[in-house]
Amino acid sequence: MSIPNSADRDRPWVFRTYSGHSSAQASNALYRDNLEKGQTGLSVAFDLPTQTGVDSDHPLARGEVGKVGVPICHVDDMTALFHELPLDRMNTSMTINAPAAWLLALYVAVAERSGVDTQQLQGTTQNDIVKEYLSRGTYIFPPEPSMRLISDMVAYTVDAIPRWNPINICSYHLQEAGATPVQEIAFAMANAIAVLDAVRERGDVPEARLPQVVGRISFFLNAGIRFVEETCKARAMTEIWDRITRERYGVEDEKLRRFRYGVQVNSLGLTEAQPENNVIRIVLEALGVTLSKKARCRALQLPAWNEALGLPRPWDQQWSLRIQQILAYETDLLEHEDLFEGSQVVENRVRELVEAADAELQQVLEMGGAVAAVENAYMKQQLVASHTARTQAIETGELPVVGVNRFIETADSPLTEGERSILVVDESAERAQIEALRAFRSRRNESEAKTALQGLRDALRNGENVMPPSIRAAHAGVTTGEWSDTLRELFGEYRAPTGVTAARRETQGEDMKGVRDRVQQLATSLGRPLKILVGKPGLDGHSNGAEQIAVRARDVGMEVVYDGIRLTPAQIAASARDEGVHVIGLSILSGSHQVLVLDVLECLREAGLGELPVVVGGIIPDTDADQLQAAGVARVYTPKDFDLTRIMGEIVDVVSEPRAAA
Amino acid sequence: MPEALNLIDDQRPAQRRAALAILDELEARSAFPGAHRLGVTGTPGAGKSTLIDALLRALRARGETLAVLAVDPSSRASGGALLGDRVRMRAAGEDPGIFIRSMAAREQLGGTAAGAHASVLILSCVFDRVIVETVGVGQSESDVHSLVDTLLLVANPSSGDALQFMKAGLLEWPDVFAVNKSDLGAEAARTRSELESGLAVGESASGEWRRAVLQVSARDGTGLDALQQALDAHRDHLSTSETLAARREAGRVAHVLSALRERFGSRGVEALGGATGVANRLRESGAGTFSLAAQLDAELDAALAARS
Ligand code: B12
Ligand SMILES: Nc1nc2c(ncn2[C@@H]2O[C@H](COP(=O)(O)OP(=O)(O)O)[C@@H](O)[C@H]2O)c(=O)[nH]1
Ligand SMILES: [Mg+2]
Repeated sequence: MSIPNSADRDRPWVFRTYSGHSSAQASNALYRDNLEKGQTGLSVAFDLPTQTGVDSDHPLARGEVGKVGVPICHVDDMTALFHELPLDRMNTSMTINAPAAWLLALYVAVAERSGVDTQQLQGTTQNDIVKEYLSRGTYIFPPEPSMRLISDMVAYTVDAIPRWNPINICSYHLQEAGATPVQEIAFAMANAIAVLDAVRERGDVPEARLPQVVGRISFFLNAGIRFVEETCKARAMTEIWDRITRERYGVEDEKLRRFRYGVQVNSLGLTEAQPENNVIRIVLEALGVTLSKKARCRALQLPAWNEALGLPRPWDQQWSLRIQQILAYETDLLEHEDLFEGSQVVENRVRELVEAADAELQQVLEMGGAVAAVENAYMKQQLVASHTARTQAIETGELPVVGVNRFIETADSPLTEGERSILVVDESAERAQIEALRAFRSRRNESEAKTALQGLRDALRNGENVMPPSIRAAHAGVTTGEWSDTLRELFGEYRAPTGVTAARRETQGEDMKGVRDRVQQLATSLGRPLKILVGKPGLDGHSNGAEQIAVRARDVGMEVVYDGIRLTPAQIAASARDEGVHVIGLSILSGSHQVLVLDVLECLREAGLGELPVVVGGIIPDTDADQLQAAGVARVYTPKDFDLTRIMGEIVDVVSEPRAAA
Repeated sequence: MPEALNLIDDQRPAQRRAALAILDELEARSAFPGAHRLGVTGTPGAGKSTLIDALLRALRARGETLAVLAVDPSSRASGGALLGDRVRMRAAGEDPGIFIRSMAAREQLGGTAAGAHASVLILSCVFDRVIVETVGVGQSESDVHSLVDTLLLVANPSSGDALQFMKAGLLEWPDVFAVNKSDLGAEAARTRSELESGLAVGESASGEWRRAVLQVSARDGTGLDALQQALDAHRDHLSTSETLAARREAGRVAHVLSALRERFGSRGVEALGGATGVANRLRESGAGTFSLAAQLDAELDAALAARS
């Protein structure tokens, strides 16, 4: 065997691991460990309070501080997060959206404090609001001011931080919400067009700079288990982007038209049952976006084998990093020119995707573009419908999922033996963070902070760019909540369409008919149709499960109240009372179910509804499920309960059961 | 309050009897003119719920208490329904001065639900203003009109919408028109003048009242003050012009008729002498609307049984 000269090999993509939890200090230690293990880029996960623009001591933050990411409230937190990390040599990706301008301002402030030239800063703020409305859920402001914030950042960074990707157009999250490849391509392109059109319309970016702006637009894709098709998808997007940038934006320089993208491989298909199988899925998905040199990703992030169980531990993440390293360094993947050059099979599939995506893109553009298609719920409805089709195909077995609806026999897995095989964030992290925040507030110069906030307010009112006053505010000790509240005052808050009300597709089938009959019988004995409230308490934005439950409940004949994401327990109890529902279904995937479910039960008791049955679904470890049931929850469901019709039947049971007085 | 609404929805015989008794009593005791009853209709997505949310905030700030009845269509295949208007109505928060209830239209083809009349009665005994949101689907405008004192039509800023209303002959019902989303630009002004010219030729079901087309934005609050004034002006117009009593009575007759039509078709209604017959019965018997409907229902049942 000849060992090729490493000079003949292509440079590997950037290896990232999406991580962060508890506190800035703990996350910093984690990042340094990961870099030592050979990770080459950082990918910061923020906690939900930070992502939704509230401080750690805000009532809505309860139970969420430091859970699914790192809490960053002010410049000292940001400083601690990057302690001893060389910002001028780091490539930092931040999954931050509605408050992206603020987190970039904090990053710049940290760089300035440590004497790093901002011209050297390299990285990405995700900053894609359209997909927040469609899938990810951490939006704050209405579309119009949100698009303004994005275009402010694009206009600012192109000169001030030229190596920064101010926005990462995400199709990743669309696939996680059920999108087909065609939808993933078309909606992402419509989104990119909306951003670039907004920048072009501003007037403060000279026409001659537009090609540079276009060149800074990067994408964040998904890679699902149908990895051949995924390879074709990446090639199709490369082609479409080249055309759009040339025809619509007149970019002549081929380099600036290049489709640059990072990837996180699919997580929606990773299973709770036989979780070890997920490693194989992850490897195949990684191949989908690395095999083709012409359409290879620039950066890659892999989930862990225990994705559907809960948060990954350092060892779980290490295992996934090793997948990337083996692929890049042990295999001969990086020694070849494009493997698919001349393949008619691939070419044909690419053609099909390009044509179908073009047609769908045209439809969205005719509606008035991505923003209009968010507001009129078109795109969201399409996603919910695709996801409904997917869940049904899993139920019927039409879509085989090994270990779930096929080959379910299994020996006991040593991986899930013994103590919890997931990361459990220490409860004390929240308290410590709140104390540190209060200490920070009392040591900062109050009048400087006030002045900086006033400066921010004035600048925004005058239509000035959000970045300079935000950077000043970062230096002056303003907090994440204060910055966001200032913008809330000016812009208002937004509620995105849920996409469920117009879901036309009705589920058929024998077992459906059986449950529908039972729902009707129950209506006779109840005196009126069975009415259910599907609620999502807290900051959790995972809406897929709640949407599918709501649609299926409608399809079995229930009257369903679904109010979307981010409700307080008190609001849920008030809705339940006013609406006169017979049962409440809560959906919580963010891990804060213990606090939130108990709060809802308490609010229900206070409203005199202690008898109302409550069922809960989401990412809920067995031991927690037992505790919830002991506290009065009637049933608990997790991803392994993929048979929605069966769940509906059990909800009928729950309502029919005589309730023991609690 | 929620319990009363649950009860009037309950079809079991004992509960039905109890509900009728309560409704009769409430109807007899309710003050006149009492709560202002405002209907909001328009195509899906025009911004009805968002606009109601904005109105709730503004009116609540004036000290009013408010109830919303939000009606959504039921699925014909399954009988189920997805009720999603609350998503946009966050004004309620935890404020007991605002009450929101969603309702499925059930088998009613129009945008209003069978129980809507009874629900409005109950809510109007407790709150200063009752707002009914319905889906504008063509047939429902006359139904909602009979349910409320003032009917507001919310239109999208698009000529498509204006044209559709005119074609469907819907322009006669609303008392106030609002072209929403004026924050989106010039299209709103165009739609407004299209509607205005439509009104100039069309007929109005509200007599003397001069109907205005307003331009509003539920998003940024533009035109909200003018809208509140127009709604209040219509309410005042009704009470001073004494048409309110007539309109409410017509509404009661319409309720009885639609309840009977549902079970017995137009033949059954004709057998009772149509609208005039029912109006006379309502006046003569002195019975409450709801128990009269039940009584006539039983009469028709008996007549049918005698014939077969
Ligand atoms: C898809 C997904 C996303 C999508 C969500 C899209 C959407 N609109 O829903 C995207 C990409 C946006 C996303 C984002 C994030 N995610 Co995520 N996501 C997932 C993933 C892969 C699948 C969840 C899913 O949708 N499954 C499909 C639906 C149909 O299943 P389900 O919700 O489980 O519902 C079933 C049952 O649970 C039950 N059920 C659920 N709800 C209800 C309700 C009722 C009434 C009933 C009866 C039954 C029921 O019935 C359903 C039928 O089978 C899970 C991991 C996994 N494989 O489960 C992680 C996961 C939930 N995500 C996670 C995290 C951390 C995040 C982020 C917070 C990361 C970050 N730091 O930013 C973000 C932010 C999201 C936010 N705003 O809150 C963690 C949560 C960790 C924890 N619990 O401790 C998980 C577990 C992954 C992990 N291991 O780290 N995510
Ligand atoms: N730009 C803009 N959008 C609005 C306005 N009012 C409502 N919308 C949006 O229009 C869509 C439909 O609103 P909704 O209130 O649900 O409409 P409904 O179906 O008529 O009740 C949502 O996306 C709203 O955010 C407005 O004044 N301006
Ligand atoms: Mg509505």
